[in-house]
Amino acid sequence: MIELSALLTPLIILIVLLLAAAWSTWLERRLLGIWQDRLGPNRVGPFGLLQVIADMIKIFTKEDWIPPFADKALFIIAPMILMIMTLLGFAIIPFSPDIQIVEFDNALLFVLALSSLSVYSIMLAGFSSNSKYALLGAMRTAAQMLSYEVFMGLALMGVVVIAGSFSLNEIVAAQSDYWFILSQPLGFLLFLFAGVAESHRAPFDLPEAETEIVAGFHTEYASMKFGMFFIGEYLGVIFISALITTLYFGGWQGPMLPPIIWFMLKTALFVMFFILLRAAIPRPRYDQLMSFGWSVLLPLALLNLLLTAVWQLTLGF
Amino acid sequence: MIEIIFITTAIVCVISALLTVTAHNAVHALLYLVTMMIAIALIFFLFGSPFAAALQIIVYAGAVMVLFVFVTMMLHQGEQSIIDERTLFSLKTAKGPLLLAVILVIELLLIGITPLDNPSSQTALNTVNSESQQLSAGSKTASLTSVKSLAKQLYGPYKLLVIIAAMLLLASLIAAIHIARKSSKLTENSPVNGDSESKASEAAP
Repeated sequence: MIELSALLTPLIILIVLLLAAAWSTWLERRLLGIWQDRLGPNRVGPFGLLQVIADMIKIFTKEDWIPPFADKALFIIAPMILMIMTLLGFAIIPFSPDIQIVEFDNALLFVLALSSLSVYSIMLAGFSSNSKYALLGAMRTAAQMLSYEVFMGLALMGVVVIAGSFSLNEIVAAQSDYWFILSQPLGFLLFLFAGVAESHRAPFDLPEAETEIVAGFHTEYASMKFGMFFIGEYLGVIFISALITTLYFGGWQGPMLPPIIWFMLKTALFVMFFILLRAAIPRPRYDQLMSFGWSVLLPLALLNLLLTAVWQLTLGF
Repeated sequence: MIEIIFITTAIVCVISALLTVTAHNAVHALLYLVTMMIAIALIFFLFGSPFAAALQIIVYAGAVMVLFVFVTMMLHQGEQSIIDERTLFSLKTAKGPLLLAVILVIELLLIGITPLDNPSSQTALNTVNSESQQLSAGSKTASLTSVKSLAKQLYGPYKLLVIIAAMLLLASLIAAIHIARKSSKLTENSPVNGDSESKASEAAP
């Protein structure tokens, strides 16, 4: 029986996540529509909710084309790496006190390791496509994700210093009195910037900047391989939102409602915030993005870590 | 169970190391190297040191190797470089090194086969066994390799080493900034390269 439930929990989480990622495409299109004074997809089903299914049928029945000039093996592996790395990340997230796949002492390091490995997906996609635009996108990705990973790690350390642990469960438990957003506002902002850059969403979507380099790293991709990048991006957004919820907004903690509902509500709020960011902020130039990272975010992240450490040593517990 | 995982990981590690050397496509070779790094991280993990495993992935597989792949991608010449590799690397050139390496492997096997009365000749697998028993014994409680005890060691008896490492990193950072600095003649252009290079020197040691 224990074996069965141990298998069942990850399976249910997996299905829920994939469905959530699929429907967040609908959510994004609807919300963008509202914010841009239009309707968005509203024809298929109530409120256009079934649009996702129509899109799925379309994308599954498209021709699965691999360009003859591509590096075939890498071309096929690349989207898989993205999906696997992003989905693996959810294994350590405490969705509620009972629902969690693995309790892991070094969970945050695991998150950093996964985010650093998922760079390969995009780099390999760009390289194996053997096309200029894809390669340009891959170059940008490599530099952008390597840089923002540094700030992400440094911003996370503030939380680690306060909670005194890398374990997400202990970080959530440490927020029973107050949420870490109150003591780590700067750290939260830095993590948010880094999170947007890591999931390469607008405004930091330079790897796929469609006005400059066609579609960046996935220019040559079609059918479900493109679909995997597409869904992988939304999974990434959900993952970063779930991490923000866990690290800075008390995780599943909240009054009245059951923990899992609180967790989903908070995560959904941040997913919507990500969409709002896309609607509201234009894309910076590539070198602006890099110099913003290294000359603004890095010193701020170090300062945040220093102040947190001093605060913890003098006033802390 | 742990033995099986260890042996499989070790085999994956060795095979990917071999393929790193023999692969004709440079990017493929680098990917095998990444696989080897991940396999090594898994071995660290099996030895009961999750922190070292995480660092291995974050620093080597996630940062250093990404830069390697990045540079190789930029300088990649497509089919031509593969043809070059094929013609340059024939079995004839590998004969000498291969022979010497085989001697080392035979020595290693001999050490493994000799009986255990000599303490230094304890086989690797036995070490793994005792390590894994320790791991399963104290897996819940923080072991010797937990982050906290590691930090206490680093900032206690080994703080001189930490300071030296910091100085080394600072020196390489300054060197990288100096190389990448915009000279007054060359205005604008490539602030990006400088950034990725300073990252390289940060990650390299």
